[in-house]
Amino acid sequence: MIIRLRNLFAVVMLSSVFSLLSAGLFVTLDAVDVAFTEAAVGAGITTVLFLGALALTGRLEKPVHGRQYIPLVIMIGLTIMLIYGTMDMPAFGDANAPAHQYVMPEYITGTEAQIGIPNVVSAILASYRGFDTLGETGVIFTAGVGVILLLRVGMPSRTRRKSDDPE
Amino acid sequence: MRHHIILRIAAQLLIPPILLFALYVQFHGDFGPGGGFQAGVIFAAGLILYGLVYGVAEIHRVAPTHVAMKMMAIGLLIYIGVGFAGLGLGGKYLDYNVLLHDPMAGQHLGIFLVELGVGITVASTMLVIYQCFSEHQSRDLADDEW
Repeated sequence: MIIRLRNLFAVVMLSSVFSLLSAGLFVTLDAVDVAFTEAAVGAGITTVLFLGALALTGRLEKPVHGRQYIPLVIMIGLTIMLIYGTMDMPAFGDANAPAHQYVMPEYITGTEAQIGIPNVVSAILASYRGFDTLGETGVIFTAGVGVILLLRVGMPSRTRRKSDDPE
Repeated sequence: MRHHIILRIAAQLLIPPILLFALYVQFHGDFGPGGGFQAGVIFAAGLILYGLVYGVAEIHRVAPTHVAMKMMAIGLLIYIGVGFAGLGLGGKYLDYNVLLHDPMAGQHLGIFLVELGVGITVASTMLVIYQCFSEHQSRDLADDEW
């Protein structure tokens, strides 16, 4: 069992493995769309981006001197709070859970009648909750713009020089 | 990575199916699992794999950053445009029922276009982020540096 690692390459690989395992977990919970996203984004792209960041910084975490008791206390407190929070959650598969009440039955019956596509997840994502998805797409666009502004602006690279050259 | 012949051949075999699978996930999202987000990420993963194996200069030749940056905005504009199309045809914003004469056909078209916009934005954003990271590297890392 690994408790502590300073090699960040190994940390990235382990988090990728963890992501892939959670994708398998989502499949067993019948959430194939979520599993798909987790496998593609969490295990795939995130790993590559982390490795890209590692190549620019360093392979090893900086050593920490002395004992850090305050973060330990905060982490233990947060863990207890989170576990306490799960006590109120409905049992797995409970048909009376709040998530299955309210608008959900309407979506499930309405998808066939109003939209006519078999995938309820796609119907909710793109049609019923179209505004939310518009916001999410905006978030991804904004994230891309943020990275461009941070890493690209003012940086003379070979590709930029080539594209900026009038020729 | 030029000397890794096994990696290069494996990537050559893998990249076309990855890109094809991304298109399948994109256009089959109404019927099976998947949709614009997943398809965009898978498509970008195929291109990034190409960049990882063949180098930064090569990925810039195949998918130039300035084009990908425009695609980021185009995808989002497709989504916003579908919303305004519903508004212009007498419905509410992002109301697909009015896009075509039959409400259900309108829903199909609306979901298709919206997912396409999402897919374009996600794929190009992932690619641009990868390119931003990779072009900062002044040199290729040796194998034992990891």
